[in-house]
Amino acid sequence: MAIGGITAAGARSGARRRLAMLLAPGLFWLIAFFAIPLVVVLAYSVAVPGPTGRVEWRFTLENYQRLFGETLYVSAYVRSLWVGLLTTLICLVAGYPLALFIVRQPPAWRAALLFLILIPFWTNFLVRTYAWMIILSNNGIVNTAIQSLGLPRQILYPGEGAVLVGLVYGQLPFMVLPLVAALDRFDFTLMEAAADLGASRRRAFWRIMLPLTAPGIAAGSVLVFIPTVGQFVVSDLLGGAKVDFLGNLLQRLFTRSNPPNWPLGSAMAVIFMVVLTVAIVAYFRATAEERR
Amino acid sequence: MKPAIELRSAVKRFGGVTAVDNVSLTIGDGEFFSLLGPSGCGKTTTLRMIAGFEFPDAGDILLHGTSIGTTPPHQRRVNTVFQSYALFPHMTVAGNIGFGLEMQRIAPTERERRVREALELVRLADYGERWPRQLSGGQQQRVALARALINRPEVLLLDEPLGALDQKLRKEMQLELKRMQERVGITFIFVTHDQEEALSMSDRIAVMHHGRVLQIGTPTAIYERPNCRFVADFIGDTNFLDGRITASHAGHAVITTDDGLVITGASDRSLTIGSTATVSLRPEKARLTIDVPPGDIANCFATTVDRVDYIGSDTRMLVRIGSERTVSVWEQNNRSTLDRDAYWQPGEAGYLWWPAENGLVLAE
Repeated sequence: MAIGGITAAGARSGARRRLAMLLAPGLFWLIAFFAIPLVVVLAYSVAVPGPTGRVEWRFTLENYQRLFGETLYVSAYVRSLWVGLLTTLICLVAGYPLALFIVRQPPAWRAALLFLILIPFWTNFLVRTYAWMIILSNNGIVNTAIQSLGLPRQILYPGEGAVLVGLVYGQLPFMVLPLVAALDRFDFTLMEAAADLGASRRRAFWRIMLPLTAPGIAAGSVLVFIPTVGQFVVSDLLGGAKVDFLGNLLQRLFTRSNPPNWPLGSAMAVIFMVVLTVAIVAYFRATAEERR
Repeated sequence: MKPAIELRSAVKRFGGVTAVDNVSLTIGDGEFFSLLGPSGCGKTTTLRMIAGFEFPDAGDILLHGTSIGTTPPHQRRVNTVFQSYALFPHMTVAGNIGFGLEMQRIAPTERERRVREALELVRLADYGERWPRQLSGGQQQRVALARALINRPEVLLLDEPLGALDQKLRKEMQLELKRMQERVGITFIFVTHDQEEALSMSDRIAVMHHGRVLQIGTPTAIYERPNCRFVADFIGDTNFLDGRITASHAGHAVITTDDGLVITGASDRSLTIGSTATVSLRPEKARLTIDVPPGDIANCFATTVDRVDYIGSDTRMLVRIGSERTVSVWEQNNRSTLDRDAYWQPGEAGYLWWPAENGLVLAE
């Protein structure tokens, strides 16, 4: 018994050491490149920007006051969140039927279709965004098509519409893939059961399929929403530097403005993080409720 | 009264495969009717057409005289108990059972009352607030049953509902289902590949094979008077003694096998002399004795015992007639003894015999 106890304890401490060794690289990474920089950003956000771009280490809340006071910043926040929401919604509405279609195909077709969804990733995102500039330009194929119908040429680019198109295009796969995973786990017999019990297809969808695929919707929405709100490349290229998103302001504050204003940028990043965290926690709470 | 369900030459094809081939059935009101057959025989597709999950490519389906061939499932007063139960995992037991009433927009108070009744009917009164995943297989099955019955369907369809249960629970549920059906008086259409289940529960059985209905009849008729080789073989155990017809009189026919056995069997129609036929002899319908049986027995052959399997209630023997032919014969162990002499031993000689009506002549 005692011997057994000793070896069990030995095995336990060995297991603990192995666990520590396995966790160490990941923990180190998170602490060094996530936790510490986060503290640095927080520190910067309450410091004073000096006249030459150097930071003066005095505590102040002025950065935050500016962000909540100046229209430039407030409207960038609102625009980013609004476009992020819109992009997520469009991706969801377009992606759900697509994911459903893919899941209902025979296995060989499914693999091929999923592969097609992933193919765009083989080309650099910048190149693909430039391609949209050409497609939406005044003499691009969209305008050519519009004019061939006898309608006047439209200014599609640059503008907020072009940004939305580019964002939806870029983010759609991130919505479709989690939805495919969720629908794959969904037992379609349940739809037959619902129909059998008197539910029309529409009611069966709202009462059965949607709640049971909510985890996929939640995952896809978060995957689309967060990068969209923070991005700056698409709005820069397709917005023609006229439509300011959070990401564009951040980029400007840190690198382009003269002098650079790191404290203000940091404060902006902190607010951004808090808002997103609150939104996502609330969202997961809501969808988790649905699943119970 | 119009029959509960009538199938008129119903056909269903999937790609190049004909799953249901010209099936006609009439199922009476309040009947416990089974569709029995091996997997892929078309029984489930037939059921799915009645439920409305598949529409027939040809023919029609009538529910109490009204054509429902193209009616979508949610507009049919027919409910299904699924093989996998298909309970909604995000709803409580009560939520599941009340779903049909919710779809009919029945007021919540009325719905609650009827859900409580349904829970009592399946003896799960205290389980309303549980989640389906917290229930055992048998309990889930009863929830599925309650969820279907609460809608007071004109016909209840059951797709191998006991298939996932273990043997003991299965027997219990068979009894419970049968009792339930007698109590509610609803027509049950029951799909199974388990012949014993079909025999013990059904008022009538349709035996299906390759998309066709081979025979429809009461359990006794299906077992005692199968109309073809497949039905005789699929239901229960049997010996086939193949040969050619050498005589045919009213009620009887004589066939002669290749190894020269002359066998008289029952036949309800006259058969052409010289045509190939088989005698289906159930193992429990032949006797094995040491001495020649007294009296005039139509079929009696000298045999030696080849193999003996003692299985408790029965002793199952394989006996040899001549050099080639073996016949399976079961003897009920209706005496309680440890005396070795009371049981047959391999190598012993005896006589295998049966009256003419115990073997059934089936034309090929």
